[in-house]
Amino acid sequence: MFRRHMIAGAIASVLALGGIAPAAAQDAVKIGLILPMTGPFASTGRQIEAAVRLYMAQHGTTVAGKKIELVLRDDTGTPDVTRRIAQEMIANERVTFLAGFGLTPLALATAPLATQAKKPMIVMAAATAMITEQSPFIVRTSFTLPQATVPMADWATHNGLKRVATLVTDYGPGLDAEKAFKERFARDGREVVADVRVPLRNPDFAPFLQRVADLKPDALFVFVPSGVGAQFMKQFQERGLDKSGVRLIGTGDLTDDDILNEMGEPAVGVVTTHHYSASNPSAVNKAFVKAFRAANKNARPNFMGVGGYDGMHVIYEALKATGGSTDGEKLVGAMKGMSWQSPRGPVTIEASTRELIQNIYVRKVERVDGELYNVEFATFQAVADPAKKR
Amino acid sequence: MRSATASAREKARQAVADATRWQTPELAFWAVAIAAIFLFPSRHLLLNEIAIVGLFALSIDLILGYAGIVSLGHAAFFGVGAYTAGLLAKAGIGEPVAGLAIAAAVAAAVGFATSFLVIRGSDLTRLMVTLSVALVFVEIANRFESITGGVDGLLGISMGPILGLFEFDFGGTTAYCYSLAVLFGMFLVARRLVRSPFGTSLRALKENRLRAGAIGIPTARRIVTIYTISASIAGVAGALLAQTTAFVSLEVLDFARSADGLLILVIGGSGYLYGGLLGAIAFALMRDALSSLTPAYWMFWMGAILVALVVVGRERVVAKFAAAVDRLRGSGS
Repeated sequence: MFRRHMIAGAIASVLALGGIAPAAAQDAVKIGLILPMTGPFASTGRQIEAAVRLYMAQHGTTVAGKKIELVLRDDTGTPDVTRRIAQEMIANERVTFLAGFGLTPLALATAPLATQAKKPMIVMAAATAMITEQSPFIVRTSFTLPQATVPMADWATHNGLKRVATLVTDYGPGLDAEKAFKERFARDGREVVADVRVPLRNPDFAPFLQRVADLKPDALFVFVPSGVGAQFMKQFQERGLDKSGVRLIGTGDLTDDDILNEMGEPAVGVVTTHHYSASNPSAVNKAFVKAFRAANKNARPNFMGVGGYDGMHVIYEALKATGGSTDGEKLVGAMKGMSWQSPRGPVTIEASTRELIQNIYVRKVERVDGELYNVEFATFQAVADPAKKR
Repeated sequence: MRSATASAREKARQAVADATRWQTPELAFWAVAIAAIFLFPSRHLLLNEIAIVGLFALSIDLILGYAGIVSLGHAAFFGVGAYTAGLLAKAGIGEPVAGLAIAAAVAAAVGFATSFLVIRGSDLTRLMVTLSVALVFVEIANRFESITGGVDGLLGISMGPILGLFEFDFGGTTAYCYSLAVLFGMFLVARRLVRSPFGTSLRALKENRLRAGAIGIPTARRIVTIYTISASIAGVAGALLAQTTAFVSLEVLDFARSADGLLILVIGGSGYLYGGLLGAIAFALMRDALSSLTPAYWMFWMGAILVALVVVGRERVVAKFAAAVDRLRGSGS
């Protein structure tokens, strides 16, 4: 038995280990895209991949005389795998950029490598505020939770909500959202009556929602990661909370464009604040949504998609600005202060924090042409991340 | 009379000596493992991961293949080891070997404490008990966020050079050599253990615990001992992961890790020690190759292959493969 295992093992090993020889093309710039393509956060990976490929299809694969190559790998949402893949990409594939990073722990695990190897690391999704502080090579094209949350607290204040409960997923971004909301809202005699945290893995909202129902607040502020909103909405309805007079408010992660349609009637009227809605009326966005739908079987882009799209823009423009340099410091330098028209609106990368300064929109879920959309009805102009010291 | 006892003792000694003798394929296996340092210089990170997963599977094999304890929660000890090593490094004890020793001791202590839960009950009870223990540990790590970093993971681990001599490098060469050395050391311990009279008594109690008790084997004590040793080895594997990746997150305690460990033993076979190692190689390489071919759908192929393996039977698949190799070799010469 042992001998046979040995032979089979040895041959299979050689095939698998030697089979994937890193191809070294001349004058190519490689982008290592690491995303959760399987597991509970696969929707994030699919959105970003689709947007990245769309950007490359629209803008060509030659920039500043260099051929752009995309290396996509699945990290299953597990930090040690993300880190190993990133390390292999730097050491073997000789990538110039690291990009992707669907969840906060995945970005945090990789940050020290970016510093050590001096590689620009474009965070296209993960949204805990402190990520960009972990390495001077991190540039973020998504958003931060405090950035989306503080406008929500202001809106709630202006609209006469006095007692609000918060419900967040128990990890970095959720805690960020909870903290930002509480600090901003709990002023002038306003009250956060309960702060509930739900585990990241296998969330069951029922017991937490019961607590909220008992407290009868004016509104419930919710943060859940992209993709989990549908499950939340279902349980919110099952508990009869949608008819109890408790208003549902939150960051746009809750009414994620990707799954908004599946949520159905209970989602209508939910007010959220976020940096992107697929229904944004600008011409840039209309063209983006149209192209995205055409390339992806009519699927709608969400805020993850736009993060990936803008991430590619940053990479392309940095290469153009440096004349195709592969020097990490120069590239990050070129990214600082960059401004452009994104599908989400006008954006600028703040030089001191490497975070986007962007508009945060207040949106309400409405039925448009038979589909549910987050319709933007008010705008907070040029919001910088409030969590950073300046 | 005396000479009869003496000759019986001599025979027993001879049997143990025979059982512990090194065979050619075993030597070849380790030779290949060492040769891999030079053969695949660009894959050291993956090889490092394989060595760690292999060591973890080996620890499960000790209780599953030799004592017949099915555990779904062995990641608990892996995680305890990983967090111990990570926290030590964060606290300033950055020397990996010392960290490893302490992690092994802590995991052993936890294993010893929880071993009393697995003495009782049937296989199914054990399955649930081990699973619950692991879940409890996940929740503890999640709650004590100020210490463990919660879901975001333990940040800011900086490892010192091994024994003050070998710095961890970017390509993972040091990491692989280090993990391989530790794996080999642990393997020697396990090998000596299972081929000793102690190991034989374990097999007896695996076959039939009641009868083993009747012939005077202290079954409860044996289970406690092997469970503690196994937990300690799992802790070492966890510590290796923490040290070579300089990061620890809740995933080290994840149920999926325990399940993967069992899966690896299904692939490689249990009860002969190399099953965990060969299974780990097959599992990791398959995953790596498939996930770089189709990043979105590799799990489907992985599942399909595993189902095929179980339906057709590992022995037959391997036999076919070996036969094909023989034919190739035959036609080649």
